[in-house]
Amino acid sequence: MDVSQEYFKTFRDLPREDWFVCGHRACQGCGEAIAVRLILKALGPNTIVVSPTGCLEIISSPFPYTSWAVPWIHVAFENAAAVASGVEAGLKVLARKGLLEKRKTNVLVLAGDGGTVDIGLQSLSGALERGHNFLYVCLDNEAYMNTGIQRSGATPFMCWTTTSQVGKVKRGNLTWKKNMPAIVAAHRVPYVATATVAYPLDLANKAKRGAEMEGPAYLHVLASCPTGWRLPPELSVEISRLAVQTGFFPLYEIVDGELRVTVEIPKRKPVAEYLKPQGRFRHLTDEDIAKIQEQVDRECARLGIP
Amino acid sequence: MGKRIAVEDSHAAALAAKMANVDVIAAYPITPQTHIVEELSRMVSDGEFDAEYINVESEHSAISACIGASAVGARCFTATAGQGLALMHEILFIAAGNRFPIVMAVANRCLSPNINIWGDQSDVMSSRDCGWIQIFAENAQEIFDLLLSAFKISEDDRVLLPVAVNFDGFYATHVVERMDLPEEEEVRRFLPPHRTAKYKLDPDRPLTFGAIGFPTIQFELRRQWEEALCNSKQVIKEVWQEFGRVFGRHYDVLEPYRMEDAEIAFILMGGSCGTCRVAVDRLRERGFKAGMIKLRLFRPFPKEEILEATSKLKTLITVDKHICLGGLGGPLFNDLRALFYGFQRQINVAGFIAGVGGRDVRVKDFEQMFEKVVKGEVSPEKHIFIVRGES
Ligand SMILES: Cc1ncc(C[n+]2csc(CCOP(=O)(O)OP(=O)(O)O)c2C)c(N)n1
Ligand code: SF4
Ligand SMILES: [Mg+2]
Repeated sequence: MDVSQEYFKTFRDLPREDWFVCGHRACQGCGEAIAVRLILKALGPNTIVVSPTGCLEIISSPFPYTSWAVPWIHVAFENAAAVASGVEAGLKVLARKGLLEKRKTNVLVLAGDGGTVDIGLQSLSGALERGHNFLYVCLDNEAYMNTGIQRSGATPFMCWTTTSQVGKVKRGNLTWKKNMPAIVAAHRVPYVATATVAYPLDLANKAKRGAEMEGPAYLHVLASCPTGWRLPPELSVEISRLAVQTGFFPLYEIVDGELRVTVEIPKRKPVAEYLKPQGRFRHLTDEDIAKIQEQVDRECARLGIP
Repeated sequence: MGKRIAVEDSHAAALAAKMANVDVIAAYPITPQTHIVEELSRMVSDGEFDAEYINVESEHSAISACIGASAVGARCFTATAGQGLALMHEILFIAAGNRFPIVMAVANRCLSPNINIWGDQSDVMSSRDCGWIQIFAENAQEIFDLLLSAFKISEDDRVLLPVAVNFDGFYATHVVERMDLPEEEEVRRFLPPHRTAKYKLDPDRPLTFGAIGFPTIQFELRRQWEEALCNSKQVIKEVWQEFGRVFGRHYDVLEPYRMEDAEIAFILMGGSCGTCRVAVDRLRERGFKAGMIKLRLFRPFPKEEILEATSKLKTLITVDKHICLGGLGGPLFNDLRALFYGFQRQINVAGFIAGVGGRDVRVKDFEQMFEKVVKGEVSPEKHIFIVRGES
């Protein structure tokens, strides 16, 4: 396949229909909800979705209602990749035995960062290593939002959360964000990419490319969360754009080990522009911001971003 | 007709999965279950039957993958023991409560600490309330037969619950026994080659599985689950009757031994039943009216059948291979006392714990239990008598 194929050049190329439908209970401006809607537009109805426990599951499935117009299953918090392994293996063997129509059905995992980089890391690693044909999307809002904004392994340095409080002795999260795309890429899977809702066509194309790829594909989406980031909902998309433009969250894809930056940022904005509007970084001093800027510069240099 | 073979008990379990024509196997090695998954891996690698063998990285993922595969309509099998079953614990409930047909072989093993690979029932009893159908097998033939019928039970539209078939680690996994292996075409008369799943993950008919249940609905869902589990007993009996018609081997929820005029009887599950039968024979020779009830179905608990089978007894001796720590003895003892109390039955229940951590339960241990009861050394206030046996 052509790995750089642009399936969606304009918004008109995306279907009008939705398979993640309105009526769900996400907060206003929820990046997860926007991303999921786009991803399902990109993949279409021939898709089976697996979600672990988390905001997405809670907001979309208040029994007896559902926002899912595609088949959807939630089992537990730490095992979405294992459940998806079973779905994929089941479809494969049933088709081989002639019990299912032979057609391409996308197996799609839509998981939070906690369900991916922390408690679900083992089952994800196992599934990646076994080479199941699925697209795993991490909707990274950088904390356990569903349970009330506790830190995760994806929470940024010095970020406030309810379990990395800003006090007299400690000031926010003490560790740097886990580099999950690199961890996935180390499994030598055919496709790894990052995306945000501020670049929706980039996001939709990456989802589609990942789904079309033979073998495991991984998409890491920075999913803005106005509630947990202490941000006005109307800035949700804008902040996602700033994350990219400051180099805080670069957009790239790794195809068969080759990394390519997909949204070039000729001149990066200072990282302070991304941090300042967010209440979760309110306590940062100029010194703290300089430290974060240094780290961002280092990461960008590593990716070849000027 | 099939053929009579000598088979390692573990391989009898693997043969059952193969003859059931399972679509997906997801399992993780743990002693004393390992020979089952090794044999299945060999069978799949040799092309003896067509299945996806998922080499999961844990038991937690094994049962999770089975749920995924079951949800798309595949027939799935897994096997585990001890720590593996404990690691599955969270997901066991979900498999049952969301009504996924799955069949699991459990080679019962003592739960840590101390790390101990030998057989007792602490693993299965610690997942007693997970809402699965729980069956106990005694030997290779039963392991094969009960696993084969487990698929039919589990997939029945009136049931749609996972089934665990338990058997003693080592005592009923690493021994070679005689077994009648049916012909493929005989098996097909009993169990269709594939599942027909009414509810599944199907893009042509999208369904939502595993939704959040608010307090306004959760209670009802839990009650339906309990009803489905209790009602499954009838289907289990039907399936075993049909099994008897096809294969000539007859199973029921319990199996009495020399119970006609018995006054004091044992009740237990699993491999020690064979030893207990010998003890009953010896006690009979010594002039005692001894008997035994082998409990084959543990969940749903066959209340009516137990009440009937014990109606003329003076004393029932329960033999548990697990201690409900800090509670009132063993699980069977607790269930039976509760049952009889509810029906105001004047019957003594003498609770014994034996065989913990793989300790052999010998004929003379059963005789010793019996003698203690006869001598009146067992009083209702005491609820726990540990038979240490010999190491
Ligand atoms: C085994 C287990 N531990 C903890 C929880 C509680 N829990 C549910 S969702 C969640 C956090 C989800 O965070 P994330 O995956 O980042 O998704 P988000 O809600 O942020 O979208 C936690 C801690 C659980 N359901 N299961
Ligand atoms: S808390 Fe955040 S992630 Fe959860 S629904 Fe609200 S905005 Fe979305
Ligand atoms: Mg999160």
